[in-house]
Amino acid sequence: MAVKEAVKDTEAKTAADGGTLIGKRIPKMDAPMKASGKTRYIHDINLPGQLHAKILRSARVHARIKKIDTSKAKALPGVHAVITAADVPNQHPIGVAKDHLPLKTDRVRSLRDEIAAVAADSVEIAEEALKLIEVEYEDLPILSDPRDSLKANAPLIHPEPHGADGTHDHLKQGMPIAYTGKKDNIAMTFDYAQGDMAQGKAESDIIVEDCFSLHYVTHCCMGVSGVIAEFDSSGNLLLYSNTQVPFLHRREFADLLGIDPGRIRIIQPPIGGGFGSKLDIYPFEPIAIYLARITKRPVKLVFSREEEFVASPTRQPVLLRLRSGCKKDGTLTFREVDTIHDNGAYTSWGATTPFVMMQTISSLYRVPHCSYHTKAVYTNNPYAGSFRGYGNLQATFAVEAHMDRMAEAVGMDPLAFRLKNAQEPGEVTPQGMNFKSCGFKDCLTTAAEHGDYERKHRDNATKWNDPNPIKRGVGMASMLHVGGGAKIYQSDGCGTILKIDDFAHVTLITGASEIGQGSETVLSQLVCEELGLPLSAVTVVNNDTDITPWDVGVHASRTTFIAGNSAIGAARKAKSKILGMAAAKFDTTAEALDLRGGFVIDKASGKRLVDLSKMIRSLHFSDKAELVMTTFYYEPPSRHQDREFKGDVSAAYAWASQVIEVEVDTKTGIVKIVKVSAAHDVGRVLNRLGIEGQVEGGIVMGQGYALTEDLMVENGTIRNPNFRDYKLVTAPEIPEMDISFIESMDGEGPQGAKGVGEAPAICVAAAVANAIYNATGVRMTELPFTPERVYRALHGKAAPMTWSDAE
Amino acid sequence: MSAMVDITFKLNGINRKTRVSATMSALDMVRDVLGLTGTKYGCGEGECGACTISVDGITLNSCLMFAADCDGRDVMTIEGLAADRKGEALRDSFVEHGAVQCGFCTPGFVMQAHHVLEKNPDASEAEIQRGIEGNLCRCTGYRKIVDAIAGVAAAAK
Ligand code: FES
Ligand code: FES
Repeated sequence: MAVKEAVKDTEAKTAADGGTLIGKRIPKMDAPMKASGKTRYIHDINLPGQLHAKILRSARVHARIKKIDTSKAKALPGVHAVITAADVPNQHPIGVAKDHLPLKTDRVRSLRDEIAAVAADSVEIAEEALKLIEVEYEDLPILSDPRDSLKANAPLIHPEPHGADGTHDHLKQGMPIAYTGKKDNIAMTFDYAQGDMAQGKAESDIIVEDCFSLHYVTHCCMGVSGVIAEFDSSGNLLLYSNTQVPFLHRREFADLLGIDPGRIRIIQPPIGGGFGSKLDIYPFEPIAIYLARITKRPVKLVFSREEEFVASPTRQPVLLRLRSGCKKDGTLTFREVDTIHDNGAYTSWGATTPFVMMQTISSLYRVPHCSYHTKAVYTNNPYAGSFRGYGNLQATFAVEAHMDRMAEAVGMDPLAFRLKNAQEPGEVTPQGMNFKSCGFKDCLTTAAEHGDYERKHRDNATKWNDPNPIKRGVGMASMLHVGGGAKIYQSDGCGTILKIDDFAHVTLITGASEIGQGSETVLSQLVCEELGLPLSAVTVVNNDTDITPWDVGVHASRTTFIAGNSAIGAARKAKSKILGMAAAKFDTTAEALDLRGGFVIDKASGKRLVDLSKMIRSLHFSDKAELVMTTFYYEPPSRHQDREFKGDVSAAYAWASQVIEVEVDTKTGIVKIVKVSAAHDVGRVLNRLGIEGQVEGGIVMGQGYALTEDLMVENGTIRNPNFRDYKLVTAPEIPEMDISFIESMDGEGPQGAKGVGEAPAICVAAAVANAIYNATGVRMTELPFTPERVYRALHGKAAPMTWSDAE
Repeated sequence: MSAMVDITFKLNGINRKTRVSATMSALDMVRDVLGLTGTKYGCGEGECGACTISVDGITLNSCLMFAADCDGRDVMTIEGLAADRKGEALRDSFVEHGAVQCGFCTPGFVMQAHHVLEKNPDASEAEIQRGIEGNLCRCTGYRKIVDAIAGVAAAAK
């Protein structure tokens, strides 16, 4: 069939001298299994003797727990264990600020809060048992708007240590919030400044101020969350987990259990979508582990879809106020930004997204003077995690809508205004980011050309008063994102072990997890490129911490760049070892030899000297027996930020511009995305099929963020925890996508490539807002652009968004 | 616990006899009783298509169907389709077109694609898009899924 021919074709090209897999359309290696239903996800794995667990969540948004009675549940036949916080003394707090215990003690702070859990013979019995648990609550006032949380005299979300019943009084001040409580509702603050704001303001001819409000959305991975925990007879823990960061979590679980991390093995079955949702530990994982420890049986815990909506992380709502200035010629002078983030009741990675937001604010364009202040504020809402783009959808939405407003104020075409202020290669920004490769201006002009931006933008704006109720508009937005890892942890590295067996088959053992993005295929391509082998000669092992070398995890669009460089390093070491041995055998130098098409060849003549597998067997079976097995650890040449958030955190940066054309039905408020012209600076295309898939998927995720997805949280309660009311984009709604890749050939990137995973989702909402303005003359400042919201804005029924924080 | 029912039906071409609880869904039966895990749970409410199976030649959401209602019917799951020449053609086209990322939605799409093309071998792009409207994918943005199905339709001509 066609696919086999496609693979054969690429293999043939590799076999020929100078042939390459780089840039080709390479099918994903695990796709045939997935497309025949043979791939075993965590949901599909069942261990002998396994019990099924379910969690009892709070029935109240904010309340004291007066009493829990589990006796009836415990008496139900088939129930093996029912646990509450009282059954797990010395629970360790989890989360980024260590501000919650997996099982809540004396207080619930949101509707997702875990009160008790059951392990039973079947899911049905576990669910039945949950209904028999009796909980007595005493309601507390609900905080559902972060601005209310900031008011003087606002009730506190974490007023006292969790488990103030004395469970934790052995722990002292200076400890995590779960142990100390917090005397205000501010989870985290970030303050960044560069240059001299007074000077920036004095130099400005024009100053524009805008406010924006962004909403809750959630990941909606098609595979719901799940975990299987099992202890062996020596007390070693085996965890089947969907984590994106197995090595970090091994340490966290060890702290949680008070055992040596070396005794924890994490196996990652294929995962039904990640998108950042699996970067933190959530209470269900420790709870499954507690149940496994107590019952001494494997325990499987899988969410229902409703639970997934209620109890998995979100992208956090943000309120932003931006004020920026420019000179008459359009040169930006200063930018001042304040934001408030709804943190929800606990702190996960969502609270730290300002790290990324400030990069867009300070460095997407050249802004000499800049300040940024933000607060992540506790409420009784769902808590926010990391989600593809990590704050950058929010920051870019605001900055890029604001840029259009400024262009209009200064009387410039938005494209020209952007080009005037756009970053260029070689720029080191005041925040310390070094743009060694930067195709930003190419992205701008390419997207503009493909979307016929300038002409359409001019023409559309003349038709605001036309009688036709269907209006067309074009808008553009651009983005900057880390593309060469992000030095957040001690190390941003990745290890590789590469083994070539006596049939010249390569086992590539990498720390980098595969979450559907296609890393296993790209890493194999890079290795094949070095070793002159076809893709079919590689097996990837990437999902077992007992085998794979350390990696910091799948986040920050880092895997192609970091794990790619690591895989290349290991392959080069193997190659040099093989060529060294071959040189001795053929009485020549290693430099005169190469590996191509499964052979050691003479570089000058291209002549095949020996079959690679034969060469390797001769190493294994000689009197100086040698294995070809190499290791490599790649650490990118980036730096940690200093205390002022300055520093070059990524070894490379990715750029993109998207021009989006919309149709607005002014009679109904329905906005349709007609065409997206996207230009992405990806360094270099490694796998064209894979990268197109990443960009298309990201654009459609961005479309959902802009138009349809809205997790409706009212008074701490999610109103639409199902796919009927939480609207994902469906197949008939997708726009035409015209995607161009700018190949800036990054000097540090693997074969010149940079990260791309998050980028495509980031620009969409801003470009759509700008397009709606171009179509109608009405500026949308609140997401998402649902028909109702757009209709109200178009017909003057929406009060403009204002900044009324309670400072 | 609810009453048990004995049912007899054809599963992927083989006659089967099994005992299920009266309230069990067809999805739980194929996954948990019969051990065919290619059919996925995505929502349990008929909103995502991950659980798509074919019953008497019509695709439906197995999460909404009672297992007991399979009695006397001809049921096909992804495992059955994948073993068939038409299923192989779809699989290869999905692979070749890059229509698979995390793959969790893929069995449901392959089942639905088969149904769309059986009904209308000449399906246009818009007809394919409408035909898979009930299946959700969070990864691919659907473009390559539509291309993969159109590829099979074109190859059949
Ligand atoms: S699981 Fe049946 S439609 Fe979603
Ligand atoms: S490929 Fe992941 S949901 Fe479709």
